[in-house]
Amino acid sequence: MTVRRAFVFVLFAVWVALLATTPFSGDNYTVRIAIQIAMYSALALSWNMIGGFTGYPSFATAAFFGLGCYIGALSQIAGAPTVVAWIVATAGVALFAAALGLIILRLKGHYFAIGSIAIVEVLRLVISSWSGLTGGGDGLNVPFLRGGPEFVSQLVLGVMLLIMVIAFAVTVWVDRGRLGFGLKCINQNEDAADMVGIDVTRYKIAAFVLSAFLCGTVGAVYASWVGYIDPTDSFSIVFTVKVAVMTILGGAGTVLGPVVGAAVFVVLEEYFWANFLAWNRAILGAIIVFLIFFLPGGILRLDYRHLWSQAKARHGRIGMAGGE
Amino acid sequence: MSTVLEVSDLSKSFGGIRAVNGVSFSLDEGEIVGLIGPNGAGKTTLVNLITGVHRVSSGRIVFQGEDVTRQRPFQAARRGLARTFQIVQPFPAMSVVENVGAGALFGGSATSKREAMALAREELAFVGLDALADAPAASLTLPNRKRLELAKSLAMRPKVLLLDEVNAGLNTAEIDNALALIRAIAARGVTIVIIEHLMKVVLSITSRILVLHHGELIAEGEPHAVVADEKVIEAYLGAKFAARYRAEAQNG
Ligand SMILES: Nc1ncnc2c1ncn2[C@@H]1O[C@H](COP(=O)(O)OP(=O)(O)OP(=O)(O)O)[C@@H](O)[C@H]1O
Ligand SMILES: [Mg+2]
Repeated sequence: MTVRRAFVFVLFAVWVALLATTPFSGDNYTVRIAIQIAMYSALALSWNMIGGFTGYPSFATAAFFGLGCYIGALSQIAGAPTVVAWIVATAGVALFAAALGLIILRLKGHYFAIGSIAIVEVLRLVISSWSGLTGGGDGLNVPFLRGGPEFVSQLVLGVMLLIMVIAFAVTVWVDRGRLGFGLKCINQNEDAADMVGIDVTRYKIAAFVLSAFLCGTVGAVYASWVGYIDPTDSFSIVFTVKVAVMTILGGAGTVLGPVVGAAVFVVLEEYFWANFLAWNRAILGAIIVFLIFFLPGGILRLDYRHLWSQAKARHGRIGMAGGE
Repeated sequence: MSTVLEVSDLSKSFGGIRAVNGVSFSLDEGEIVGLIGPNGAGKTTLVNLITGVHRVSSGRIVFQGEDVTRQRPFQAARRGLARTFQIVQPFPAMSVVENVGAGALFGGSATSKREAMALAREELAFVGLDALADAPAASLTLPNRKRLELAKSLAMRPKVLLLDEVNAGLNTAEIDNALALIRAIAARGVTIVIIEHLMKVVLSITSRILVLHHGELIAEGEPHAVVADEKVIEAYLGAKFAARYRAEAQNG
């Protein structure tokens, strides 16, 4: 058990280090991919809190991300220093998630999923219509990060990696502790969880807030990076689906799954984007179908030991008994 | 003996149906009480009211001197009011010991996961499931699932344990085992309410019986007196049972 845990940490540390060195080893394009991987890893790790551990199929990621974009951008426009704007966005999104959670977490299953989609749409409409503050459909120019383009992308990579590491640390903490245990109980049988002494409402809200706050940070940093945001890109349903698919692809409810899923997905997407531009959406659909039919537990939930022993058996040897 | 739970004038309506209607009774510390009545009499509903699953329509529930009428299920569990389900409710993908550990950690006294798992293993040994501690809960047979429910409830260190048909679906030998287990639980000082359709079981284990019919408490008292009660025979036991029971009583 401890060996496996240490292995997970080492693997994650090596991966982060690898991403962090892309500015020295690769071109701008590679750095951009590294930023995307770090960003989506943080988002997928966040989604894992509510969608993976707790089993609530949330599509609210885009709502938190988009809100983070706008709170960050507006704070900066109002004169807040960049880092302060990012922190304000994080706190604002966390508060929003807590308030929203009180209402929406009463819904279950499909109803919750639909409710969370509605949140994304409502926020998009509000931001689009409130043109006095948000620039409406024309979008908003965000003050650029200072420094040359290379410095900026290194800075963004560093910040996104930091957020990814925080998201991972939070995940490990939740997974090991009382909160994660309670969430896994809720996932499997909410009534029984209640009956066993778990304050289900509080636990679910905690999970929802944990699934949200770093999305806010990511959104604000993203806005500073790209320098321009608009309602359609910030509150996008496809974006929200992508994050969920990444997590499920890697293994929802596992610690490393979201990281694996985000990396695999971003690399695949880049490859297909470069080679089959028109087919991009179709490929997202194909991955979803593949997941549902062949990989319901995700890459990390494949029973490798079983596959291994099958392979060994095929070679005429008898698998050894005994486990860990 | 001191009163541990007091229910007064408790009612619950579902739409037009009065599932529980003006029920009052109290439980003394350490006793085993039977709750009987025909299907749909309101037994499960009464348990659901006491443990906060359903909101009370009217009436009052006092547990250890504290008004708990409006409590939620998780609060009932933490206070020491545990129950088992008529239809067992495990966390299917977790191991047996994790299921019980959840009870110890959230409803009981354990302060860490490690301590919870240690307590869980003790309770599993108590109910005789220690050999299957690391098996997935979904893989258990029905009698073992019922044991798991018991272990999970016990891990919460309850003062009162409400058992909703823990013996349903078990064969004679399994019922004997279950009864021995319930007696052992009572010996730990836990007050037990047992909902049960098999009168042999009820009579062999309880010191007092409550009879529900159409949501109302129609009789209450010492088992042999209740079984001879005309109202109870008419509503639930039937004339055949009464005759057989009288004959058996005469033959010793
Ligand atoms: N959640 C509910 N909603 C509506 N009606 C309910 C609900 N729960 C129970 N009832 C009704 O309340 C009445 C009492 O049901 P309850 O399950 O308490 O009976 P019971 O004595 O436990 O019966 P059994 O021996 O079959 O388990 C029944 O008429 C039932 O249909
Ligand atoms: Mg019932």
